[in-house]
Amino acid sequence: MTISLDNSKEGETKSLQPKGWLRYFSFSLDHKVIGLQYLVCGFIFYLIGGLLASAIRIELTSPLSDFLPRDVYNQVLTLHGTIMIFLWIVPVVNGAFGNYLIPFYVGARDMAFPRLNAVAFWLIPPSGLLLISSYFITGAAQSGWTAYPPLSITTPAAGQMIWILSVLLLGGSSIFGGINFIATILKLRRPGLKLMQLPMYCWAMLGTSILIVLSTPVLAGTLVLLSFDIVAHTGFFNPSLGGNVVVYQHLFWFYSHPAVYIMVLPAFGLVSEILPVHCRKPLFGYTTMVYSIMAIVVLGFVVWAHHMFTSGTPPWMRLFFTIATSFIAVPTGIKFFNWVATLWGGRISLNSAVLFSCGFIVNFVLGGITGVALAQVPFDVHVHDTYFVVAHFHYIVYGGSVFVIFSSIYHWYPKVTGRMLNEDLGRFHFALTFIGFNLCFAPQHWLGLNGMPRRVAEYDPQFTFVNQLSSVGALIMAISILPFLWNIIQSTFRGPVSGNNPWNALTPEWLTSSPPPIENWIGPPPLVKEPYGYGRNNKDSNEITTDT
Amino acid sequence: MTTLPQIDQDQEVRTSQEEHHEDFRMFGLATFLIADGMTFAGFFAAYLTYKAVNPLLPDAVYELELPLPTLNTILLLVSSATFHKAGTALKIDDSKNCRKWLLITALLGLAFLISQMVEYFTLPFGLTDNLYASTFYALTGFHGLHVTLGALMISIIWWQTRSPGGRVNSHNQFPLEATELYWHFVDGIWVILFIILYLL
Amino acid sequence: MSPAIITTILGLLLVIFGIWVGDNANLLPIDASTNATIYDQLFSVLLSIGTILFFGMLGLVLYSLIRFRRKPGQEGDGSAIEDNLPLEIFWTIVPTVVILFVGLYSYDIYDRMGGMQQLDLSGHNHQGQETMVEEERIWGGIGSGSVEDKSKSSLESIPIDVTAMQFAFLFHYPEGDFISGELHVPVGKPISMRMESKDVIHAFWVPEFRIKQDIIPGQPTILSFTAQKEGKYPIICAELCGPYHGGMRSNVIVEDTSSYTDWLLKNAKNTIT
Repeated sequence: MTISLDNSKEGETKSLQPKGWLRYFSFSLDHKVIGLQYLVCGFIFYLIGGLLASAIRIELTSPLSDFLPRDVYNQVLTLHGTIMIFLWIVPVVNGAFGNYLIPFYVGARDMAFPRLNAVAFWLIPPSGLLLISSYFITGAAQSGWTAYPPLSITTPAAGQMIWILSVLLLGGSSIFGGINFIATILKLRRPGLKLMQLPMYCWAMLGTSILIVLSTPVLAGTLVLLSFDIVAHTGFFNPSLGGNVVVYQHLFWFYSHPAVYIMVLPAFGLVSEILPVHCRKPLFGYTTMVYSIMAIVVLGFVVWAHHMFTSGTPPWMRLFFTIATSFIAVPTGIKFFNWVATLWGGRISLNSAVLFSCGFIVNFVLGGITGVALAQVPFDVHVHDTYFVVAHFHYIVYGGSVFVIFSSIYHWYPKVTGRMLNEDLGRFHFALTFIGFNLCFAPQHWLGLNGMPRRVAEYDPQFTFVNQLSSVGALIMAISILPFLWNIIQSTFRGPVSGNNPWNALTPEWLTSSPPPIENWIGPPPLVKEPYGYGRNNKDSNEITTDT
Repeated sequence: MTTLPQIDQDQEVRTSQEEHHEDFRMFGLATFLIADGMTFAGFFAAYLTYKAVNPLLPDAVYELELPLPTLNTILLLVSSATFHKAGTALKIDDSKNCRKWLLITALLGLAFLISQMVEYFTLPFGLTDNLYASTFYALTGFHGLHVTLGALMISIIWWQTRSPGGRVNSHNQFPLEATELYWHFVDGIWVILFIILYLL
Repeated sequence: MSPAIITTILGLLLVIFGIWVGDNANLLPIDASTNATIYDQLFSVLLSIGTILFFGMLGLVLYSLIRFRRKPGQEGDGSAIEDNLPLEIFWTIVPTVVILFVGLYSYDIYDRMGGMQQLDLSGHNHQGQETMVEEERIWGGIGSGSVEDKSKSSLESIPIDVTAMQFAFLFHYPEGDFISGELHVPVGKPISMRMESKDVIHAFWVPEFRIKQDIIPGQPTILSFTAQKEGKYPIICAELCGPYHGGMRSNVIVEDTSSYTDWLLKNAKNTIT
């Protein structure tokens, strides 16, 4: 019996799905399989994007352009940005964890539209391969992930067109996923489960999906216009034909600023799930957390032009976007204070999941502070398009989202596999990542302030030492992936069996076996009214076992 | 001890949810149409911005002829009404009337497309002539693509409502209802497009 | 000592530390334009606030992790505190106030940099053939100097036409009608630049001046500044413009008025009165 599929489709689900590991290579309709497909696929692209990042850092160890040919360097930085955003962070924080967790959280047996869900995933590998193959066939796009015209119109057309096609497909995948999440969260909730009883990740995904559904189509339309400019020689964004390049920037950032929230809001949600479990405390300020997510969603739509302070925007527009952007710090700040309050007075297990989550808090606070600074027009006109901005957004998307992805992997690994990861290797992985990350990106603030623009292969020799320092950090980050991979591989086969609920968590995904059965629950789904009800009845503590 | 969450095993409530199955397919479609509408919103925003900040040189200014697009507006509005008629007929399993109205709707859609083509061929400017020409063709073309798609879907549904053997009937109204919603959406976009592109 | 007193003392120390960092950290290159001096004031305020917030949060997280870590053998849950309305109101209002302060202060800075003043193209009257249409489309970067001497700066400013192309800047001096690959400006005199791009988007950036403005094809932009310290500073293209983007650099030479005049006379194609 299923509530998500009618009976005819239920039989189909099972027959369509091969047994064993082969199902991860099939057009499976099982949300858990799709979630893992997203995660593993995203991780492979992360490794590729990481290789590209390493190439950039190697090039920048010397002030001369001596490692990569110049046009290849621009292709590498374009591919690095596009892969990390569209093929790693967005699919993983949304697609992977969303698909795995949301049906559990709303008490369903699958997503609202399982078939659409599988289609959304299977759009990703081909478009990713398409994107990367462009490098080998014709040369990839060279105009950065922002693809600003007229540069994107004048660089070789084939690579740019493949880039556009690939991003359109990924955008489509993202929209399908977003529609699915909205329908699942709003319409597929288990009867009796109220919205304000949902785990925080549901709210984060609801907000993110609203952002995706409302902003991604604008990017799609813009890229279609850009492709007309490239192949049909229209003049939308081509000044020599009367077009206006700033219009492209407005339309592009109307998507791409919300895209930042598409990358970090789910991360906020995941942290809100992980911290209460390991601190053994309720999530602090549930209601304000919900409202602040929604406030970020609303404000996220009216701040895009802060990416364009030097692009020739009128003064009133600069002022408006300065103020709107600054105010995003208020709901974001509330969330951070709430997490610290969740830590406060807890019984915190200092395991890898908590360390990565706290690493995220620290990194993101720094990224947020530089973000508020960047929102100030007079500050921004100096550091815009410099390494200061590079440092800022890596603190947001790597120090923020990627740290949370690792934290989530440590947290939900026992759920997915039924085995425990090695905690010592996990803490070692955290230490390497945290040190490497900060060594790589903190010095870049200074570089930007002192005159190093972004997206350059050569620079003033006075910056050599700091760039080498940054490259050493990148090397440590690259090495840090090894203990992680080893941990995952060996624990899959030899990790100690975790039991169904090794963390004694109360969120619904833990109230079934680990790994879960095909339709999530044997019997009806549980009604979890208090997903964070830790410490309710504290005196009788003999039922609680310590972690690990 | 940490209290275990309350587990509600009310089977009846669950079966009631299964009956709402259709509901969220329409919901999903509506969400998709909102997304689709945002693509148009982006195009409209671009067009209006161009109009505000990139004034044309005097010799490139053109006036759009109104009769044909007005006729198009009427065609689409009428087709929305006829589609609604078809939907009402399907509810009472009046296959004959339903098919009649569907056919009329599809023909109206086709008439719209033909009339649009006629307009394209009589316009004094081409796709790459200038910014407005490009935006004009991009907007009307993207909308025309939607109409084409809608007309195709209507034809398929027309085929599927044939009385014995069709799969769309009063027990399976979703395909028709979904296409109807889509069609109304496409009409709504046209009205906005007509106002912004032709009247403003 | 009670925890409240300790917290207050630590908070005060943190604030003092933040202000000290803001005042003493030397993170920026020298302030070679009037703009840069104003900029550095803003930077120091932002750095102070940022330092206080960052180390405050870092301290809270580290303290919580150490103080509330699960000790060996310890069992049971933490306390079931779910919310605390006064506390939540407090940490909503404090950031709001800080944000409002930062916003107002940066508005003030922006105004003093001349960002809010109407763009004045009087320095470019030599291009009288321009149509109105084109002038309306000129959007500018920030001006220079304070609002008070706005009138003065627009009257006496030296016009320079900047042309950017892949991968070079060209500076046209209408006064002597010649083109230079390097920008020479006299110290203390307002400069007003009109910038156009021949191909793709470039950006004019002088880190020592703390100014940057995109140079956008099809849409001239203007930028004005007043150099206040003699020296040779880099001009850097800050918008990805193609394979040689990193090499698209030039220099601005700020010199005293007599050297500048000599240079101008030496290069001028027509006689300067």
